[in-house]
This record gives sequence, structure tokens and C-alpha cells, in this order.
Amino acid sequence: MDDPKDKVETKQLTGEKTEVGLVERAKVSAVALKDRALEEAKDYKDPQQTQLWKSIFRVSHERSDPRNRSLAVLSNVFLHLHPAKINRDAVRYQYTWGMGGITFYLFIVLTFTGVLLMFYYHPTKIQAFQDILYLEHDVPFGKLLRNMHRWAAHLMVITTWLHMFRVVLTGSYKKPREFNWCVGVVLLVLTLLLSFTGYLLPDDQLGFWAVTVGTNMARATPLLGHEGPFGAQLGLTPYNDVRFGLLGGSIVDANALLRAYIWHCIGIPLVASIFMAVHFWRIRKDGGISGPAPVMLESEMKVAKKK
Amino acid sequence: MDNPNPKSRRNKLIALIIAVVLVGLFVYSVQDWHQLWKIVSAPDNVPIVAMLFLVPFFTWLGIRQAVRNDRLIGELESDAKLAKTHHRKVEPWRPGWAKELHVWPYLVRIEFLAAIIVTVILYVWSIGLNAPLEEPSNPNLTMNPSKAPWYFLGLQEMLVYFDPWIAGVVMPSIIMIGLMVFPYVDSNPLGNGYYTYRQRRFAVNMFGWGFLMWILLIFIGTFIRGPGWIWFWPGETWDHNTVVFDRNRDVHEIVGLTVANFSNYPNLMKYVVIPAFGFILVAGFYVIGGLFFHWLMMRAPFRLRYLRSWSEFKQWATVPGEFEQKLLANTSLLQYLTFQFFAVSVLLAMPVKLFLRLAFTIKYVWVTPWFNV
Repeated sequence: MDDPKDKVETKQLTGEKTEVGLVERAKVSAVALKDRALEEAKDYKDPQQTQLWKSIFRVSHERSDPRNRSLAVLSNVFLHLHPAKINRDAVRYQYTWGMGGITFYLFIVLTFTGVLLMFYYHPTKIQAFQDILYLEHDVPFGKLLRNMHRWAAHLMVITTWLHMFRVVLTGSYKKPREFNWCVGVVLLVLTLLLSFTGYLLPDDQLGFWAVTVGTNMARATPLLGHEGPFGAQLGLTPYNDVRFGLLGGSIVDANALLRAYIWHCIGIPLVASIFMAVHFWRIRKDGGISGPAPVMLESEMKVAKKK
Repeated sequence: MDNPNPKSRRNKLIALIIAVVLVGLFVYSVQDWHQLWKIVSAPDNVPIVAMLFLVPFFTWLGIRQAVRNDRLIGELESDAKLAKTHHRKVEPWRPGWAKELHVWPYLVRIEFLAAIIVTVILYVWSIGLNAPLEEPSNPNLTMNPSKAPWYFLGLQEMLVYFDPWIAGVVMPSIIMIGLMVFPYVDSNPLGNGYYTYRQRRFAVNMFGWGFLMWILLIFIGTFIRGPGWIWFWPGETWDHNTVVFDRNRDVHEIVGLTVANFSNYPNLMKYVVIPAFGFILVAGFYVIGGLFFHWLMMRAPFRLRYLRSWSEFKQWATVPGEFEQKLLANTSLLQYLTFQFFAVSVLLAMPVKLFLRLAFTIKYVWVTPWFNV
């Protein structure tokens, strides 16, 4: 009968004042709190039942329910460009080769490594080359970072081409996807331009002469270049033609470096992102990722009526 | 696996012998292995070396599926009853199987896997091979050869055959616009969303030809063009002192239509006769090229046995295919002419000019005071 709880209760009942009450009361509530915490902790054993989980994921993790599988895609901002279901044969590796998706993934890799590289790079004639040396020799994993950015860029050009090649072989550019093919061609050009503008940034001999050769062609643009057909007749000189606009000068120098940098890091990625959004949206609207369609027969082909 | 067919075994043997002889000739003709290794192993050339393997591989992968579909199409064409009930795919399918799968997890896991594999490849590549870095840029020291990045070497190689305004500006624009109009001029309703060669021979051939040409130009630009942009065969040393004495001529000079020969009328020659002569040649090229593509698109599939029988060959070469006629009837005049323009301007003009330049050292076909082609 030495239970402090009982004592407190007795004293409370009799209205008797006590001097040990504070400590004992604290002990009692501590025990009660512990019991309550243990009771509530049982609920946390299943994280999916927590408010935090439900606020983030909303869908049950129990994927054996087909409804949950669909919701997993539909209620996720990153996945909702996918439909809930796709053609069962479209997931065969050898059908799509996965090149379009890989191209997009490489774009993400390039954005990630690119942003990290930007922390260590100044687009000025004095610092650019030094920064690359610093990156290669002093920055932790700097060399790996630069290598990965470059090789991912090369790989992206390759996967873009192979993606186009597959689209042609399966005739996936046909009705109703004609317009999306055009968006894709624009994305191809933007990919090449992204890679090309990046070439100058180390400010070494390789990039300098590649860009010099490349932009020299702009001199010869018909109507817009000072050496192109009808350029001279229209009053174009090395100081006002299209090449001057590209380089910010008549030679590849500080302004060209800055312009290449801005196009490479801001201008083209921004435009490319918009076109990518359209590209992916149209894929979805035009019937999802291209699945092997049932074959048509020549005998079923209708000849268009002559008007 | 045993191959019971002696004919096919003989063909394989012949192919093997040819391959061995070709490799042997190549090995024999290489004079400078170090030079060859230097080109192949240059870090920035890795992508194009990879393409030399990737393009054939993916072509094979695509063609293999096309062949399987084509076999099915052939079966269904000849069996109308089967065509009505067949599910029309080569992939296995049984009644009762769902035609669709959940994206989660069946597609999402592939995307995840692909991302991991690509990441691993990038890590291995980046750890194993360093991105190139040359000396600091120096406008006073020209790199020789100074080359564009590998994917633009096709354009740079074109500079040999065309003036910069064509090779650097007009041709790329035409190629891009040509790619964009491709879906609009391809009026063939068949082959939408599945691999097939039989139903889309002409379209696949045309695209394949363009793609191949592009890769070939890059190959030449990467492996064959050395200092001074001079042609060095693979395995030849890139000698910086090499001098090539090419006497480049224009077509009008070959036929004697020069200002020097008609010195009484220099302005007439310069502004009228020579440009008109070139214009006629180019116009003639477009007409002949157009006829060539028309002939090509009307051909039924070629069979090897036509080579053994003249009458069969003549029949094939002169009588348009039935299916091809149907396709042409489906094509509007605008579609037809647009296709012809792009086909002649790029797919034909490029190799023809390449041939004229390399075989006959012809520089220009059409010379005017304002521009040259």
C-alpha cells in the first residue's frame, strides 16, 4: 500500500495538504506519459499510416491493388506524363531501344554536372583556362565532374541520333505524330548547339579553333554574312554581319566566350526545356510511347480518291 | 547448331573468306600503326568510333524485327481468313491476356534500370578516360588540322565539295527542313508504329542512305583528313609537309567556255554565257535526278535472280511495281515535288559533287560573278 499514486489520491479525497505531492505527482504523470507514448508509438510502426506519409504519397503502398498502381502514376507529378497503362509489347527493350528516355536522362545528368561546374568557372579570358586547370587538379572530384559532363554530352548526341533512327524504322513519325517529329528535329539542333557552345568554354586550342572554323561559316551566310552571296551588295562588313552578332565581335575573343557561356548555360537549355515539355506532352496526347502497332496489310490500303 | 542447308553454308564460307581477305588487305596496307592508334584513341573520337559499331548493331536490331513482321505480313496477305482473326503482331499473345500493362511497375522499373546502367557507363567512361584539354587558346598558333567537334565534321568535310555558304549554311538548313517535311511527304499509310521493310522500302532506303552518308562524311572528316585537310588513307602517316598538286577546274573551263578563249566578249562571257551554261547544267541535274528518283520509287523489290535473266531484269527495270503505283496515287503533287526537291538537293547532289571533286578534281559546276556552285 506504499503506492505514491494511492497516497496522492487519498490526500486529494480527504482535502489534506501534503508537502510530498509535487514530486509524487510528477512521477505519476511521467508514468502516464510513458504509457501514452508507448501506446502512440504502436501506430508509427506502420509509417504508411502516418500523417506525414499520407500527406506526401497519398496512395497506399499496397501495389497488388490495380487501383493503387494507377494512382501511383497519376498522383505523381514526375510520373503523371505517363498514362496509367501502356501497350504490353511497348516495354520490350528491343522495340523502342529506350533511346528517347536515355536522352532525357542525359539532359538531367548534364544539368546536374553543369550546375556544379558553374561553381568553379568564370567566363573570362583571364580565368577560364585557369579554372579548368584548377578543376582538374585541385577541386575534389573536379576531373570526374568535367569528364562526366563531356562524355554525357557526346553520349546525348549519339542517343538522339539513334532515337531518330528508331522512330524512322518504326514509322512512328506518321499520323498523328508528324508535328512531334518536327519538335524532335528542333531538339536535335538544340542538342548539337548546346554541345557546340560548350566546346569553347575551356578556352583551349581545341575549342578555340573548332569555334573559329564553325563560326567562319557564318561569314558566308547568304544575305546575312559579309562573304556570302549578296552580302557585300547589302552593305555587310565583318563588323555588322551575322557572325559579328554571334561572337559579339569580329574575332573569337572575350565577348564570344561570354556569349557562348550564356547560350550554353541559360539560353539554349531554357529553349530546349520548353521544346522538351511540348515533345513529351505531345507523345502523351498522341497515344503514349510508341508501342508496336498491329500490322496493316497492303490489301487493306485505301487509294485516295482523285478529286 | 547444325546447318543442313549446304548452299547457305557455302555462302557463309564465302562471306568469311571475303572478310578475312579484306581485313588482311587492311592490315597489310597500314604503314603507320601508331598514327592509326593516335586517331582512334583520341578521347574526342571515342563517340564516332562507338558509332561505327552502334549503327550497324541497331540497324541489325531493327532489320531483324522488320524481317519478322514482314514474314507475318506475307502470311496474312495470302490468308484472308487468318488475317481476320490474327492479333497482327509477332510478339506472343493469347486471347485472355491483357493488352495493356500498368506503367507502375513495368515501365517505371525499366526507366529506373536504364538510368542506373547509363550512370554506371558514364562513371566508367569518366574514370577511365579524361576529357581533352589542349594548350590555352592562341589566335596566333593555328591548329593543324583544326577540326570541329566530331558531329560537325560532316559539315566541315562538305566544305571540300561546296562553298561555305552551301556547306555551312544552306545544306544544314535544307537537311533540317528536309527532316521536318519527311512525315508530310511520306504519304504511305502503312508501317505506322511497327518495324517493316517490305511496306516502306523507299522511305527506309532514303532515310538510311542519308544517315549513312552523314556517318560516312564524319568518318572521312575524323579518320582520313589530316594536316591541311589532305586525304590520308587510314594507316598513312599524317605528314605536315605533304603537298598535293590538285588542279581544280570548273566545268566551263573543261569545255573551253572561258573568258580567255572568247576575249572579244569578256563581259558577255562573265555575266551571261558562263552563268547560263552552269544554270543549264544544274537544271539538267535536277531533271535527271528527279527522273532517277522517280524510277527508283516505282521499282518493285529486286530479286537476285533478275541478274541471271535479262528479260526478267528488263521487266523489273521498266514496269512499275503494283504496290508502288498505289503509293504514288496516294501522293499529292505538292508532296511529290517537295520530296524530289530535297532528295535531289541533298541525297543526290552531295555524293555526285563528292565524286566529281575526288575523281575529276572539278571545283564548280555553276560559276557566276555572285556565287559559285
